[in-house]
Amino acid sequence: MEINRYEVCRYLGIRQGEPDARTGDLIDECQAELMKAATPRMVHRTYPLTIRKDGSLDLTCFQVKSKNLKKNLEGCDQIILFAATIGEAVDRLIRRYMKTQVSKGVVMQAVSAAMIEAYCNEVNLDFKRKAAQEEYFLRPRFSPGYGDFPLECQKEIGEALKMEKTCGITLTDSLLMLPSKSVTAVIGMSRQEISCQLEGCEVCSKQNDCPYRRS
Amino acid sequence: MSVLNDLKNRVLLFDGGCGSLLQAAGLKAGELPETWNILHPDIITGMHRDYLDAGADIIKTNTFGANCFKYNGVTKYQLPDIIGAAFSCAKEAVAAVGHGYVALDIGPTGKLLKPMGDLGFEDAVETYAEVVREGVKCGADLILIETMSDLYELKAAVLAAKENSDLPVFATVVFDRAGKLLTGGTPEAAVALLEGLGADAIGTNCSLGPAQMIPMVKDLVRYASVPVVVNPNAGLPRSEGGKTVYDVGPEEFAQTMETILDLGVSAIGGCCGTTPAYIRLLKELTEGRKAPVLTEKPETIVTSYAIAQEIGDDPVIIGERINPTGKKKFKQALEAHDMGYILNLGLDQQKKGAHILDVNVGLPGIDERERMVETVEELQSIIELPLQIDTSDPAAMESAMRIYNGKPMINSVSGKQESMDAVFPLAAKYGGVVVALALDERGIPESADERIEIAEKIYREAARYGIPKKDIVIDCLCLTVSSEPQGALTTLEAVRRIHEMGGRTILGVSNISFGLPERPVINSAFYTMALQAGLSAAIINPNSDVMMRSYYAYRALTARDPQCGSYIGHFSNYRPPLPKGAIWAEDAASLNLKELSDSDKKEKKEPAASDREILNPDPEGPGGRLLQSVRSGLKDQAGQAAEAALKEEDALDIINRYMIPALDQVGKEFENGKVFLPQLLMSAEAAKAAFDVIKDHMASSGETAEGKGKVILATVKGDIHDIGKNIVKVLLENYSYDVIDLGRDVPPETIVERAIEDHVPVVGLSALMTTTVASMEETIRQLRKSAPWVKICVGGAVMTQDYADRIGADGYCRDAMATVEFAKKVIGA
Repeated sequence: MEINRYEVCRYLGIRQGEPDARTGDLIDECQAELMKAATPRMVHRTYPLTIRKDGSLDLTCFQVKSKNLKKNLEGCDQIILFAATIGEAVDRLIRRYMKTQVSKGVVMQAVSAAMIEAYCNEVNLDFKRKAAQEEYFLRPRFSPGYGDFPLECQKEIGEALKMEKTCGITLTDSLLMLPSKSVTAVIGMSRQEISCQLEGCEVCSKQNDCPYRRS
Repeated sequence: MSVLNDLKNRVLLFDGGCGSLLQAAGLKAGELPETWNILHPDIITGMHRDYLDAGADIIKTNTFGANCFKYNGVTKYQLPDIIGAAFSCAKEAVAAVGHGYVALDIGPTGKLLKPMGDLGFEDAVETYAEVVREGVKCGADLILIETMSDLYELKAAVLAAKENSDLPVFATVVFDRAGKLLTGGTPEAAVALLEGLGADAIGTNCSLGPAQMIPMVKDLVRYASVPVVVNPNAGLPRSEGGKTVYDVGPEEFAQTMETILDLGVSAIGGCCGTTPAYIRLLKELTEGRKAPVLTEKPETIVTSYAIAQEIGDDPVIIGERINPTGKKKFKQALEAHDMGYILNLGLDQQKKGAHILDVNVGLPGIDERERMVETVEELQSIIELPLQIDTSDPAAMESAMRIYNGKPMINSVSGKQESMDAVFPLAAKYGGVVVALALDERGIPESADERIEIAEKIYREAARYGIPKKDIVIDCLCLTVSSEPQGALTTLEAVRRIHEMGGRTILGVSNISFGLPERPVINSAFYTMALQAGLSAAIINPNSDVMMRSYYAYRALTARDPQCGSYIGHFSNYRPPLPKGAIWAEDAASLNLKELSDSDKKEKKEPAASDREILNPDPEGPGGRLLQSVRSGLKDQAGQAAEAALKEEDALDIINRYMIPALDQVGKEFENGKVFLPQLLMSAEAAKAAFDVIKDHMASSGETAEGKGKVILATVKGDIHDIGKNIVKVLLENYSYDVIDLGRDVPPETIVERAIEDHVPVVGLSALMTTTVASMEETIRQLRKSAPWVKICVGGAVMTQDYADRIGADGYCRDAMATVEFAKKVIGA
């Protein structure tokens, strides 16, 4: 797994340039500990997709009305639904250092956030390769909570993927995932390729007031 | 005939999967399967009948997901109706076919337990208890707790089953391909926990096909003294056109299951993807097959959520440092709920080589039960090591054993009847390895003979509760040789004889030297002698260099350390301990004092008046060293520099001349984007280390370091992100504010109550999710109503000034330094 150091620094609020030597050492230390502790797990299913006349989406395992997701899935006839996590031990490590050495705690948090991203990218690449064999192109992954894609869908996604049993991902009452370094997402499969896709910060609504925004 | 008797005589057959059958019958994705007990009882009954006809001895009710989270007051169907209907279907099938046991099937809640998650342990127990009570009412023959991937949740479920029924309890867990539970536990840890809790049969199900399960089944059979159950999936799942299919057919499945039976398994069946066709073939294997012969396994094992630690031939170190006796700092930390201090003691001992941590929080005037629970909960959420619950208060002992995530070590019971009457029922209920002191009503016997007699009495009494000898570790006790010349010899003889009897022993080694000078000399020699006599575990200070020398040398000399690997590992970069206050030359060099002050000069040719003042102190003097260590975030050096500075200057002067300017400087550089968050925090930690030294000094000279005022911090209800809040806490503490940290997912009422109780002037609220800003708003509303004097600042990723204004906060703090400024404004600097 290739952890993107630029992303780690961005999460730490280091906007340009290299981190100082001691922060750099902390990043290395955290990365080494995380590599040992993390247990990346993933589950995915493919479902037929219908975009209904009223604009709502039928993803077979659940139905949803979301303009942003619809835009993301236009031209698709199937979706990949997936959930991924780097495991509970990571949360314990973050907790350990937040309680005992907070400077390392925040670095642990940043590195693990970059790590789950890296894992998702790796998984995505694999999806892409397999989809290509069936002459499909993939849209960027889109998660509940992005734009108007409601967080409530986490419940249905959880049921469909049985993500507790398969990955150990559970939901809190407020529909947050635990372990905290987990991702669920919908990836559209389309016969048409589109270039220049916007993702991440570029599609986020909090564009002008986010210290972590990618520049 | 009960299912347990049956299990003694023959191999029993469980039914197979349910989900895929129901999907084939039309269950839609996302539809709750248990509702079919009411909507389509004919289909559910038919499925049970098919399994019974195929030869299953035990059928599982269709209640896997039946709990109050899915069926409650606001849902269409109620839990009792769902479970009642499930039993009607199962019982009808049994009546029609004429044989079969009905197992109340219980799955995971889908929630993660506190403190890692948001479901309290007792809430989890109650969630399961509700299901168990319904199952008992409906006439279950046994309870099957299955597909569990978290040992903590499993413990809650087994406790609920045991506390609310007399039914046999079977429990099966899910392993991944690496042979571990999703939460990290091993088969050995699962067996120890479940047997300790009194499960009647244990095993594994789901997730894997039979072939992948073989290594884990071997481990289960190797460690378990009770029958083992194996219910695999029909191989591994894959997605085909929106449907889940499995890759192992009935014949191949049965073939592998024969291998699994031969490993010594007592009951088999299937899980996801298996159908009556699979069970029919399994019936051919189990028909007429005698139950395997079960043996009592000899290993003494304590566990944490992840680790199973054996106490046997290889000596075990139990770290003794988490104990307030004679430690002023510990007492202060305990009184202030300063968990960071205690957790650091735990981590430090783990680093130094402890295998188990003793936890003692007994202190006059504190609620030991409450504090023990808090400490155990915190320790077990960040440290993998098993814990030894050390208390003489049975209530504290029980509460801690109950919420402990594993099979704990318990310290202690003695040969006194009263002690055994109090401790053994707890060990029988919750499981645990009990330290048993070889003393009784008559005190500590002088001879080894008498100590052994007491040990035997303790073994006998434990057996009456069903506690095996392996779960008792005898403390042969040692009396100081300064007043008891035979003391050491008596203890060593007792250790040797218990060891020869196949018993386990433990010693608190350091008593032996009481009243003598240079105690470590005697302690370490005695430790080596005790190890040679067969000592299984010692309660020692892993920070003690001489004790660890004895440990590593003994293991190397007695062929317990292959290729002397751990000896070499420990001593290859070995640095002997230094006398207090001394510092290694190379550590001093890392401060780079000269260089730092040079670079300061280079950067700022024309220092501003305030900066000039900061640069004023002699960089080589203790004050200058302190200032630079805080600025550079060097913790150890900051503490040492503070120590040195105190010899020359007054405590308050040190704070005002060096500490505050250093912190202000770093804070300013942070605001200007010159230093970043990790550096800011390293400086904060260095400052804290220096403050600790200064506070100690003040306390010993009778001064008190007054805090500036109280600040409540909390992450609001529904939100579990607490990293930002924790950062704010560290900085506020640096500036001498008394932070009351209420944690995360905190209900508005709790915050209001505390604000009133302590008449707190400032409350800081954090929320990371758009969805939880609503509870922030509600908290503010309630605070305005009941604690109108409070000034409220808010922060968190989704927060903006605009948002903060809209929900009625007094201030928006974009980062931790802004919160410090807010507190300064309200309370004063």
